[in-house]
Amino acid sequence: MLNQLTISELAARLGRREVSAREATQACLDQIQRVDGKIHAFISHDAADALAQADAADKLLSNGGRGASRPLLGIPVAVKDVLAVKNQPLNCGSKILGKFISPYDATAIEKLKAAGAIVFGRLNMDEFAMGSSTENSAFGVTRNPWDITRIPGGSSGGSAAAVAADECIASLGTDTGGSIRQPAALCGCVGLKPTYGRISRYGLVAFASSLDQIGPFTKDVRDAATLLGVMSGHDLRDSTSVPQPVPDYAAALTGDIKGLKLGLPKEYMIGGLDPEVKAAVDAAVKQLEKLGAEIVEISLPHTDYAVATYYIIATAEASANLARFDGIRYGARVDGNDPIELYSKTRGAGFGPEVKRRIILGTYVLSSGYYDAYYLRAQKVRTLIRNDFLKAFEKVDAIVTPTSPTAAFKIGEKSDDPLQMYLSDIFTISCNLAGICGVSVPCGFTKNPKLPLGLQLLGKPFGEETMLRVAHAYEQSTSWHQAKAAL
Amino acid sequence: MIANEFSPRSSYPPLNVFTPKNPAIKSKKPRTDFGLSTLRFEPKLSRMASAEIDVKYVAHLARIALTPDEEKKIGSQLGHILGYIEKLRELDVTKVEPTAHAVPLVNVTRLDEIRPSLPQEDALRNAPRQANGLFIVPKIVE
Repeated sequence: MLNQLTISELAARLGRREVSAREATQACLDQIQRVDGKIHAFISHDAADALAQADAADKLLSNGGRGASRPLLGIPVAVKDVLAVKNQPLNCGSKILGKFISPYDATAIEKLKAAGAIVFGRLNMDEFAMGSSTENSAFGVTRNPWDITRIPGGSSGGSAAAVAADECIASLGTDTGGSIRQPAALCGCVGLKPTYGRISRYGLVAFASSLDQIGPFTKDVRDAATLLGVMSGHDLRDSTSVPQPVPDYAAALTGDIKGLKLGLPKEYMIGGLDPEVKAAVDAAVKQLEKLGAEIVEISLPHTDYAVATYYIIATAEASANLARFDGIRYGARVDGNDPIELYSKTRGAGFGPEVKRRIILGTYVLSSGYYDAYYLRAQKVRTLIRNDFLKAFEKVDAIVTPTSPTAAFKIGEKSDDPLQMYLSDIFTISCNLAGICGVSVPCGFTKNPKLPLGLQLLGKPFGEETMLRVAHAYEQSTSWHQAKAAL
Repeated sequence: MIANEFSPRSSYPPLNVFTPKNPAIKSKKPRTDFGLSTLRFEPKLSRMASAEIDVKYVAHLARIALTPDEEKKIGSQLGHILGYIEKLRELDVTKVEPTAHAVPLVNVTRLDEIRPSLPQEDALRNAPRQANGLFIVPKIVE
């Protein structure tokens, strides 16, 4: 089945003209038709547009147009509903954007298209990327392909579920506190959060601007390296994108990790860690050792403060960023007698409960009299957390942790307890605060029911090559990534 | 006049962070550290608020109309979350510089040259109400 292939497998077959891009795209569309009624990974998709792009790709393929500049020619890639794709809807999983149609492409999308990808679909997500379960979408809940009574993780739950259910070859998500790595772990695929500044955020609807990064969901590490290479690079339209050369990430996947030092943070072996998760991570660490890596115990002493720090900084930034949704220039509007009433009514009706909660918390921590006690203090603790990592990276090449303290939980299990939901991000949040890179790879399953588990690797700032080399060597020495959910 | 902050229709106090009329924040001193904070402004004793939060007032600042039920629910949930956040008080941060961005780039500029931008019709395409190349809004000035 073509929809089950990886990017590299499909690209090879397209290159040999054994299959057409139309056939591959049709296979994805057929799978959506077959399974998405159960999974609901997609908010919408435009099949005719996807096939038209496929036909254009086939034309280029028949003219020998693949080449080095179009590594994704004919590859169907689906997109989280928070990234602008020209002439496609953009809702961020919210009601407040109404019938918004993007007037331009995000830079990451522009680069995917230039590389020949078939960019299609709007993948479900927690509203404005706020959540860890994809239950906070105005378009309904996405279900985990491994067990449809469970959440797929979030906020990029649609992106993870779509790849796990083979509804696309790869997808894009965004990660502000774990929103790529956690759903990748819970759905059993690879999810990569690049270093802050690696991929331009132009055309990404901002949640927390100092934390947000775009990244890929894929079926193996090599595909993640390929997509990272395509999307990375300096962009004049995002002043926080970093003018750092883009290496050949796929070339870094040598399979050889002999002598690399991997840090195991003692603070991550917490009480709430599920025994099956712990066992899987312990086994993965043994495997990495077997492959020649040296395991070193390290300390990240401020780990325990990361969630609290994050929920001050992220909500503060969100309260400012989401001020733009006021019913004036775009989106839905609820009329009022004066502008203030119009804003309040529009935002009261347009935002869901989690978004309201976070905007109000963010407004509060920035408000007069509380700024020093909350926001400024959190920014200082952020420095301590970042310094923990920089210090650790003087001794080790990458850090190994679980991605999530548990496997996928039941739909509804945590939706009434925001704090419990926030604590499920405990292993992923520090990475965004520190601005480093992270990736989750499949590392096993729970026994009953069978649910995927993820291993997280954290790398130095702009240390994606080494981090991915470790992830790839581990993945290739196991078969976890090849398992498919029964659908 | 840009905004109708002092509209007689509003039952809320005028928004003025320096003379708060809301009893919940009466005793708080005004913010002194606009822009990038430095140690110069480190308050003598960083004090966290109690887990009480005047949801109605903060929602007004955030321009979000809440139902009484939402106010109650959000109030109690934020109480829990703020209680958890209190743990940051355990740390001594007196000599620590704040981090606003993990990868700080300074003085990022671009060439001062004219480049194409979003055409007016594209900028207006998603507006809830528009006419004659303008966004239509409620009356602001009487």
